[in-house]
Amino acid sequence: MSERVFVTGIGTISAIGNDIESTFHSLLDSKSGVGPIRHLKTKHSNDFVAGEVNHSNEELRMMAGLSEDFICTRTALLGIIAAREAVKNAGLSNLDMETTGLISATTIGGMDKSEIHYHDYIQGDNLEYAKTHPCGDNTEKIAEALGITGFSTTISTACSSSANAIMFGARMIKSGQLDRVVVGGTDALSKFTLNGFNSLMILDKEPCKPFDENRKGLNLGEGAAYLVLESANAIDLTGKTPLCEVTGYANANDAFHQTASSPTGEGPFLSMKRALEKAGLSPGDISYINAHGTGTDNNDMTEGLAIQRLFGEYVPKFSSTKAFTGHTLGAAGAIEAIISILAIMNGFVPPSLNIKTPVSDHYIRPQKEALLNQVIEHVLSNSFGFGGNDSSLLFSKLRK
Amino acid sequence: MNELIDKLKGEIIEQLNLEDIEPEDIDAADPLFGDGLGLDSIDALELIVLLEKEYGLKIDDPKKGKEIFHSINTLAEYIQKNQ
Amino acid sequence: MKTTNIYINGMACISPQESLDKSQFLEVAIEHTGNQLSCIEPKYKDFIPPMQARRMSRILKMCNVAAQISLKDAGVEKPDAIEIATGLGCMADSEKFLKSIIDNGEEMLTPTAFIQSTHNTIGGQLALALGVNNQNFTFSHNDLSFEHALLDSLMLIRENEARNVLLGGADEITENTHIIKEKLGLLKMNAGSNFDILTDETSGTIEGEGASFFVLSPDKANSCYGKLTDLSFGYKPTDMADLEKGIIKLLSKHNLKIEDLSLVISGYNGDQQNDEIFKTLGARLFKSTPQAYYKHLCGDYMTSSAFSLWLAARIMKEQKIPKIINLNEIGQGPINHIFIHNQASNNNHSFILLSKC
Repeated sequence: MSERVFVTGIGTISAIGNDIESTFHSLLDSKSGVGPIRHLKTKHSNDFVAGEVNHSNEELRMMAGLSEDFICTRTALLGIIAAREAVKNAGLSNLDMETTGLISATTIGGMDKSEIHYHDYIQGDNLEYAKTHPCGDNTEKIAEALGITGFSTTISTACSSSANAIMFGARMIKSGQLDRVVVGGTDALSKFTLNGFNSLMILDKEPCKPFDENRKGLNLGEGAAYLVLESANAIDLTGKTPLCEVTGYANANDAFHQTASSPTGEGPFLSMKRALEKAGLSPGDISYINAHGTGTDNNDMTEGLAIQRLFGEYVPKFSSTKAFTGHTLGAAGAIEAIISILAIMNGFVPPSLNIKTPVSDHYIRPQKEALLNQVIEHVLSNSFGFGGNDSSLLFSKLRK
Repeated sequence: MNELIDKLKGEIIEQLNLEDIEPEDIDAADPLFGDGLGLDSIDALELIVLLEKEYGLKIDDPKKGKEIFHSINTLAEYIQKNQ
Repeated sequence: MKTTNIYINGMACISPQESLDKSQFLEVAIEHTGNQLSCIEPKYKDFIPPMQARRMSRILKMCNVAAQISLKDAGVEKPDAIEIATGLGCMADSEKFLKSIIDNGEEMLTPTAFIQSTHNTIGGQLALALGVNNQNFTFSHNDLSFEHALLDSLMLIRENEARNVLLGGADEITENTHIIKEKLGLLKMNAGSNFDILTDETSGTIEGEGASFFVLSPDKANSCYGKLTDLSFGYKPTDMADLEKGIIKLLSKHNLKIEDLSLVISGYNGDQQNDEIFKTLGARLFKSTPQAYYKHLCGDYMTSSAFSLWLAARIMKEQKIPKIINLNEIGQGPINHIFIHNQASNNNHSFILLSKC
């Protein structure tokens, strides 16, 4: 690894908080954001729970400080709120934004509007929203709100999307293409994804129980999270102290099945192993793993097996934070990256909620209570998605 | 029973887009998954919806589908018994 | 970025032209009438087993075939990484699932269309078919999707993370998206022949679709089409001089001048406002350079720049410019450097420089 990549700012919004501060406190207090569906208009609002951000679109628009004539989706609104916080946290000025890139991930783009107005569009009505359908439009709206005019792009690789956005951003810095970039992802809850996962019969009607023997599936969530990444060069110029460093990353493909992962967890094993290799670390160096842990039968089984295969006898503390936020799809990788960074900054291990009986086929045991005063040096964060798309990110405490 | 079996063959071919397969190519006793017709877990979910839509039978746990969908024969038996 | 030579060793393109046929090269271009240019599709049965094909939408089939042919062309069995670009993703399956949600009132929905609707279905299925365990990204950023996937491919090769990268750009036309584009005023409503889009003075463009795949490598194969010398971007140029300065600077990085360009391929799409900038550049900076356009052949779609790279690479290899793309009458000598310029609403410009291998 030649050029180093630093994290200098973070921002997030999800069911467990509108900002970093409240998110951290929910994690500390084991306070889940999964509950009844209040804002999404769906026939299934009483059938399922979800990690919904408890604000209407109008409220989010106010929080984002945008006027009515800024036409955008809920996905973009969530993204703007989280990206603004990250930029502020990094202490960037308006002028800085002109030389800052944006790499944003989303799985559904403007589907939250398309699913309401699809037939209107065809009739020629509500067309202002039709333009917001492409994934790229959401990124452009975030760039516009933030005043980013240079490089911006969108990655869409299902549930690993925003982990890949972070990875691509790190690669852009390493190869010298950019000195500063805002990276992350956003997805709003939608009927499209709720019904999609329901048709796959992998939604739990109750709060999900990742890594529990009797897990019944996942809960969907929504939210956004962004990180500001900067090169050593940029850090030298400003003299600011980074929050931590991105030391490793890898994207591997399970190449086994369109939606399910292989029994041996080949893709997850490879992504974790290669992220470690990239950082020049060995499994024993890892202090904590923020697992993908969705709560589905298949994911948790194979991810656990892949962790056992890579870490052998010594398995670091690990947990899934999906029972807090729900599965936020395109935002999940970035939200969990931020939780991993909070773990490093605060010497903290977030818990896996709702576990009564650990998975009987695993010898590893997830962390069930929050831990403070831990020495957290290196954190591995996993994000896996449809199409066998498996990503692992590695964040490290700053070397003195 | 034979009528139901023929109907099921047609419905499965249509629902799963088995373009190159004719009803007479399917042996009602052959396994639908794996070595037989070669269906997979996504097909199983499609069949669960087919059962509900066409026969009003609801399967909540996809794991239960395995025995029911073993072959056209087992599927027909299940429908006859539960309808 | 490190400077490593990167070559296009194989490619295949499915488009509204006979672009899969290697025995011809646009000697006879296909004429389409109206504002929609659909692909000339291969016989999928020759390439995809029926049990695999039964769930695939058109975009997935086109990509599968184009990927297979491009790999064979390059003599590569298994690429080290897969990079996909798609502006709208798997639109037919997205609409199918969306429609079934609305029509069935969120009840009794089957999962297949949902599974296939994800933007990375193309890349995921290719990884599955080819057994590729390595990096698999999908870029979906409007008109720059393909350039960004190309950028990541170049970085992977230059940072030694991959040798052979399979890169593809694809979008598909669907009935309703076409109607919505018409309602949005993006398309010509009384379009005649696709060959006449530059003389048709109405606003809007003609919609196209396609799948273009490339095998990139730092190792030059016998099948090599061209060398990717540079890829860069220009954002919101303040004026024409600013834009021209950017282009000159890019060329000088490679010790090239405007006179060294054998051909400039520009993204004219028939919309007066869009084309204005190309016209101005053509009359100023490139006034003595052979110029060409291509969207009359493939139509306009978010990843149509993938078609322009295919076109440039084929020209480079055959050392021949098809008449149907000529914009001016400037004669040409040997073809050494081709400059591809695309842009959307003068905000985002992309430049690709392809050289002889």
